[in-house]
Amino acid sequence: MDERLDLTSLSHFIEKKYVPVHAHSIWYYFGGVSLFFFIIQVLTGILLLFYYKGSADLAFESIQFIMSKVAFGWLIRSIHAWAANLFILSVFIHMFSVFFEKAYRRPRELTWVTGVFLFFMTLTFGFSGYLLPWNKLAFFATKVGTDIAGNVPFVGEIMKGFLRGGDDVTGATLSRFFGFHVALFPGIFTILLVIHILMVQRQGMSEPMELEGTPEETKKSMPFFPNFMLRDLLLWLIVLNVLAILAVFFPADLGEKADPFSSAPAGIKPEWYFLFMFQTLKYIPAKIFIMDGELLGIVLFGLAGLLWVVVPFWDIQSSKGLRNKKINYIGLFAVGFIIILTILGWVS
Amino acid sequence: MSDKIQTRRSFITSILTLGAAGLSASIIYPIIKYLTPPKQREVEVSSVSAGKIKDIENDSFKIVRFGNKPVILIRTDKGDFKALSAQCTHLDCTVQYKKSEGVIWCACHNGKYDLNGRNISGPPPRPLDPYMVKIKGEEVFISKKA
Repeated sequence: MDERLDLTSLSHFIEKKYVPVHAHSIWYYFGGVSLFFFIIQVLTGILLLFYYKGSADLAFESIQFIMSKVAFGWLIRSIHAWAANLFILSVFIHMFSVFFEKAYRRPRELTWVTGVFLFFMTLTFGFSGYLLPWNKLAFFATKVGTDIAGNVPFVGEIMKGFLRGGDDVTGATLSRFFGFHVALFPGIFTILLVIHILMVQRQGMSEPMELEGTPEETKKSMPFFPNFMLRDLLLWLIVLNVLAILAVFFPADLGEKADPFSSAPAGIKPEWYFLFMFQTLKYIPAKIFIMDGELLGIVLFGLAGLLWVVVPFWDIQSSKGLRNKKINYIGLFAVGFIIILTILGWVS
Repeated sequence: MSDKIQTRRSFITSILTLGAAGLSASIIYPIIKYLTPPKQREVEVSSVSAGKIKDIENDSFKIVRFGNKPVILIRTDKGDFKALSAQCTHLDCTVQYKKSEGVIWCACHNGKYDLNGRNISGPPPRPLDPYMVKIKGEEVFISKKA
């Protein structure tokens, strides 16, 4: 076998792979946890595909069937719904821990960029999957979300038409979102994920900046295999248990079937990970000088997203190994903004 | 001699580049066209029935299908009828009549309009488009404003 596949080089690579041990080592685990959730999503998603029907006439009923008639259907769907939320939470934590550790600094700029794109993709996974049950909340959330896309300067209308598959949110939109959710996005996500993980493997785990000057012999580390991997697996097991408890005791809701000719229900809110943007859009007035408030909000969020992607390229100080407190303040502001607006959105 | 090879090489490079560009375009163009939804002719609707007067109580509303668009028909506490586009001008949610405040309200982002469709608070940037209401016998009809 070794003669044919040259497995020795692989085992050498694994033997030589070490993970730094320090006060912030805990943050290393969230990348692995995110990967675990992605695997769960793929597996439960495949199982749901056996019964789900992606059309406006049948989608809601097919999920009702999964929830009430199919053996363990309620469990599979609840795990898929809960794992989606925990996946996004885990990616949020992973991304912000990398940000505060400045692990994006040279030579890991592209690892950060692929990571942020993966983060955006987890959100689009959430957004596209949310419509699939074809219930009232999902219907209006998609109306709002695609209308936001329609406000993007210059290409907005084309984007909106492309996303909706027409002028309005209809069965055509559901078909498209189904295609995005189960085929296009997983494909793109997997490619990005492979690139991201390969980069991490090639460059090794990033060390905190304060350890950079210390001599090699004083640094602590542990072998990736088996020490770190076993810890990783133990955490995956704990996470699986948490997921099972949530899915069993708080099964996913289905709501009312979407009706394009009914009013948006009172108290309508998007999923928690979009709440901060939703709440911000509520606060922005209709007009700010000559600009539409919604357009301003979209432009500002777009700019913030762009700046977030290119952090390693404007935080030159960290790449030079110098402390940059401004980055911490920006990160704290972003976390504070997201948490406060999310709470406000939740309680309003 | 080397100049000749160079010229030949650059010629072949240009031809291959052109070929690759042509091939890419011939693949990408049909995909983009395929993904662009075809324009479907909407059934031209000039007037729809919203139901019988007696079925619509004072100080209530109903959403009426006008072609592919939702229209809100409100019967005020005085018994008058008002019809407006039900699509919020902020982000396209479908509005409703809020009895307690006597306004048209969008639940998505808390936008409010008065009963003439004027945006009065919250994020909506424009008023709601008005429709005409006609009473023929016992029935209420909604039609587009000329």
